Amino acid sequence: MDSNESEGLLIRRIKNGTVIDHIDGGEALNVIKILGIVGTTTETLSIATNVPSQNMVKKDIVKISNRELSKEEVDRIALISPRATINIIRNYKVCEKQGVEIPTLIAGSVRCPNPGCISRTNEPIKSRFEVLPDGKGLRCLYCDSVITKDLTSFII
Amino acid sequence: MHHIISIGDFDRSAIDRLLDHAKQIEMMKYNKNALDGKILAVLFFEPSTRTRMSFESAMARLGGTSISVSSVEACSMAKGETLADTIRVVSGYADAIVIRHPKEGAARLAAEFAKVPVINAGDGAGQHPSQTLLDLYTIRQSMKIDGIDVALVGDLRYGRTAHSLASALSLYGVRLHTISPPGLELPPSLAANLSEKGMEIINHTDIEEVIREVDVLYVTRIQRERFPDSTSYFNVASSYRITPELLLGARKHMIVLHPLPRVDEIDPRLDDSPHARYFEQSKNGVPVRMAMLLDVMR
Repeated sequence: MDSNESEGLLIRRIKNGTVIDHIDGGEALNVIKILGIVGTTTETLSIATNVPSQNMVKKDIVKISNRELSKEEVDRIALISPRATINIIRNYKVCEKQGVEIPTLIAGSVRCPNPGCISRTNEPIKSRFEVLPDGKGLRCLYCDSVITKDLTSFII
Repeated sequence: MHHIISIGDFDRSAIDRLLDHAKQIEMMKYNKNALDGKILAVLFFEPSTRTRMSFESAMARLGGTSISVSSVEACSMAKGETLADTIRVVSGYADAIVIRHPKEGAARLAAEFAKVPVINAGDGAGQHPSQTLLDLYTIRQSMKIDGIDVALVGDLRYGRTAHSLASALSLYGVRLHTISPPGLELPPSLAANLSEKGMEIINHTDIEEVIREVDVLYVTRIQRERFPDSTSYFNVASSYRITPELLLGARKHMIVLHPLPRVDEIDPRLDDSPHARYFEQSKNGVPVRMAMLLDVMR
């Protein structure tokens, strides 16, 4: 089945904003989480999960109206869905299209797994992680703890 | 501004330079007024005897003075003040800060908020770079570090001194032997990291297996609170006890180190043995910490 066709049936086009396409099937909610888009957003947010896709078998799509995500924001997605693509929409047209790149640093969106880490206290700091080569994991810049699996369970 | 937070921040040449400087200091080749008029803030939020006193002694020998906080209860953190605020305030009172804190990464945080250099004197189960530097200094007093065999004995999971030392030894082509009770082995992530750096690590279950093969026996305390009851603690602790009889087949130049305090790990009968260097090691804390203070404050 053509993904655009199925998408059209599921989610309305947006006039302005960001479409995150080719998210690995089932990861859309984690993408929302890692972007820090929580219940307080006032914009329309559309999510389609497990949409049939020729290249990926199943993919997820997220559309965020009236908000253009920055490159730093979208690159966080690479940690959980490295094939995702980002489309910036202006007046119904795709004005920018790009893939995601694994960032070198992640700040504020992942909780350190070490309960004894200073970043898990009430100190006025954000958690900070260095991304290990090839995205093999994250290393806490405070206590050196390493996350190599189940990254999504540490997303704040 | 230069901080000393983790031994991982040092490369081999920086370590060697600092140890060379400590050697000069030990030979009394230093300016006794080098830090005249300077103030060191000693913030210890955990108990300490050796580290704290040797930093204060080091500061005094260089002509400087120390001011201190000895516990969370004795300062504004008891009122809920964050460490970040405490550090910002103390930065206005001193020319450098030495900190020990129960949370891992606390010294890194302190360095972010401080307006003066910060030295990590131990953060939870994390880093303790000054101990590592004096450990290396003590080994170097007896032998070249390159290519030797070092055995780490005891609690290698939570023992921060063992972690820091293992990381530093990976810079010297050292072969590492580990002997620890089940459940207290070197953390797998650290072992993997050391292996990636090319370090050969051999795990043993019995000290006797390794005693004839090593140049340094580094013993750490097995903490009673890691065990469910006293009986299981004593059973384990007794099997990791270093005695003169155990060392009978050891290499002549082999040295026994311990970061202290010891409890039952080393038989006091060993204290007069030429192998025993743990009190010398403790004494070396002063010239090494003098070199560190000069490194960050000059």
